[in-house]
Amino acid sequence: MPVRTWTISSIREALVNKQISTRELIKQFYERIENENPKLNAYLALSPDRAYAQADRVDAAIASGEALAPLAGVPIAIKDVISTAGTITTCGSKVLENYIPPYDATAVTRLEAAGAVILGKTNCDEFAMGSSNENSAYGPVRNPVALDRVPGGSSGGSAAVVAAGLAVAALGTDTGGSIRQPGACCGIPALMPTYGRVSRYGLIAFASSLDRIGPFTTNVGDAATILSIIAGNDSADSTSAPVPVPNYMAEAHGSLAGIRIGVPEEYFGEGLDAEVKAKVEAGIALLERLGCKRVPIRMPHTEYAIATYYILATAEASSNLARYDGVRYGLRVPGTTLMDMYRKTREQGFGPEVKRRIMLGTYALSAGYYDAYYLRAQKVRSLIARDFAEAFEKVDAIITPTAPTPAFKLGEKTADPLQMYLADIYTVTGSLAGIPGISIPCGWTQAELPVGMQIFAPHFAEARILRIAHSFETAGGSDV
Amino acid sequence: MKITREDVIRVAQLAHLELSPGEIETYRVQLDEILSYAGKLEQLDVSNVEPMAQVLPQPADGAQTEPELRDDILGPCSVADAILDQAPDAVKPFFRVPKVIDR
Repeated sequence: MPVRTWTISSIREALVNKQISTRELIKQFYERIENENPKLNAYLALSPDRAYAQADRVDAAIASGEALAPLAGVPIAIKDVISTAGTITTCGSKVLENYIPPYDATAVTRLEAAGAVILGKTNCDEFAMGSSNENSAYGPVRNPVALDRVPGGSSGGSAAVVAAGLAVAALGTDTGGSIRQPGACCGIPALMPTYGRVSRYGLIAFASSLDRIGPFTTNVGDAATILSIIAGNDSADSTSAPVPVPNYMAEAHGSLAGIRIGVPEEYFGEGLDAEVKAKVEAGIALLERLGCKRVPIRMPHTEYAIATYYILATAEASSNLARYDGVRYGLRVPGTTLMDMYRKTREQGFGPEVKRRIMLGTYALSAGYYDAYYLRAQKVRSLIARDFAEAFEKVDAIITPTAPTPAFKLGEKTADPLQMYLADIYTVTGSLAGIPGISIPCGWTQAELPVGMQIFAPHFAEARILRIAHSFETAGGSDV
Repeated sequence: MKITREDVIRVAQLAHLELSPGEIETYRVQLDEILSYAGKLEQLDVSNVEPMAQVLPQPADGAQTEPELRDDILGPCSVADAILDQAPDAVKPFFRVPKVIDR
């Protein structure tokens, strides 16, 4: 297991006590990246000029005795679907191979304004479509815990760099599980905030009714700190919600006495790996010892979630990805006519999974099929959201496995798209309902692969999720 | 579910994708399998269910989750030059494309 030396608070302490300068810290990280990244393929691009300029600003602030910003000097990596001004942002796709965004995503702006140092961009499945990071046009990421395994996806690079100690935190995006599932595969906390909690300005869209930005960290406290910085309304994103942002770090501390945790039987049935099941059961038992009350619940529409998700997400993707046509940015393959140029550009620019999803989504939206697929899926989405709303009348949070299996081997599922889609079976439900969820480390299998436990809570109840996760972590949940 | 070759070709045209013969057959088989799986949604009676058009529910306490609209005021687009500078083929302030009007 790679050594992860720094946290947000240990960096703060080291900087305040002048044990290290920010510049020296960042240099250490880049040296580690240079040594470790070739075997992981987790970073696609580095931004040392930007990082050292920010490091010098932080060091100057320290030298002048200014109060330290909340993320002063903290090295953070950004998933390559999130825009970074001046640094190539490919979305893991050939169609954006040379694309340099002219502006930063709001989440990036907020991190940097809080003192964070942006190290570079992380590999991901092309346009965030995948569950193993094998759909990147720039090669798969390897899991730092076990190099013959996938890191999960689509935010596989972000999970891998944090797990390997090549960043203290990373931003990922989650559409159907793309933060939580790689967090589980790599053994680190991974938080998907409520839909609308974090601005998506500058996030390159995959499925707009589902996409969210959230953090990977080495510990729950760091996730709370980062969420406090990136959450909140943004006039540049009309889907960001004007809901007040609590101090998540303060809220993460506190007793779990009396918290009712719902355990839905639909998440523990056929298809769940026996070792994963045993570890999550042990995790639930630990939560009970911490004062939680276990409540068996039913969520009857769970089995329809994958079908619903893959109709809706692909429909939205087929629309969002219509913009890659060679006209304005990215790849252009010349053609004799405008249509010829569109078709050739898209044929050469997109990889197989992206084309598959565009085809699926286009089919689901096409004349004669809209009612049977898209509209029906939108109705089933209501039923899935209703399952959660009814459950939250009886319980404060819901506990499930994050993924049905530990990290699988590279190549194991690439031949069968439907099998790959089923890796998201426990995560897509919360995506469809718009609620927040976290995956936190919950023990290890006999083959020494990490298991992830998922915690769901109602809309905007991230503080409750963080409190449960923090207590669990403090009580030794990661080795349960 | 039976997706035909013609279905795949029709959808590829709608999606502006120029698929190779090999891709047409691969996607025919895969779309057939995935859409057959999605057919399980037909098991549910959704006749009295509203489609989920908004992701965030309206809070019972009347708290606002939808943002207020800003005033509709024109402003300069500060990134236009940066975008045009890296466009595949630009003649500022335009993107240039193959001729579409034939005269």
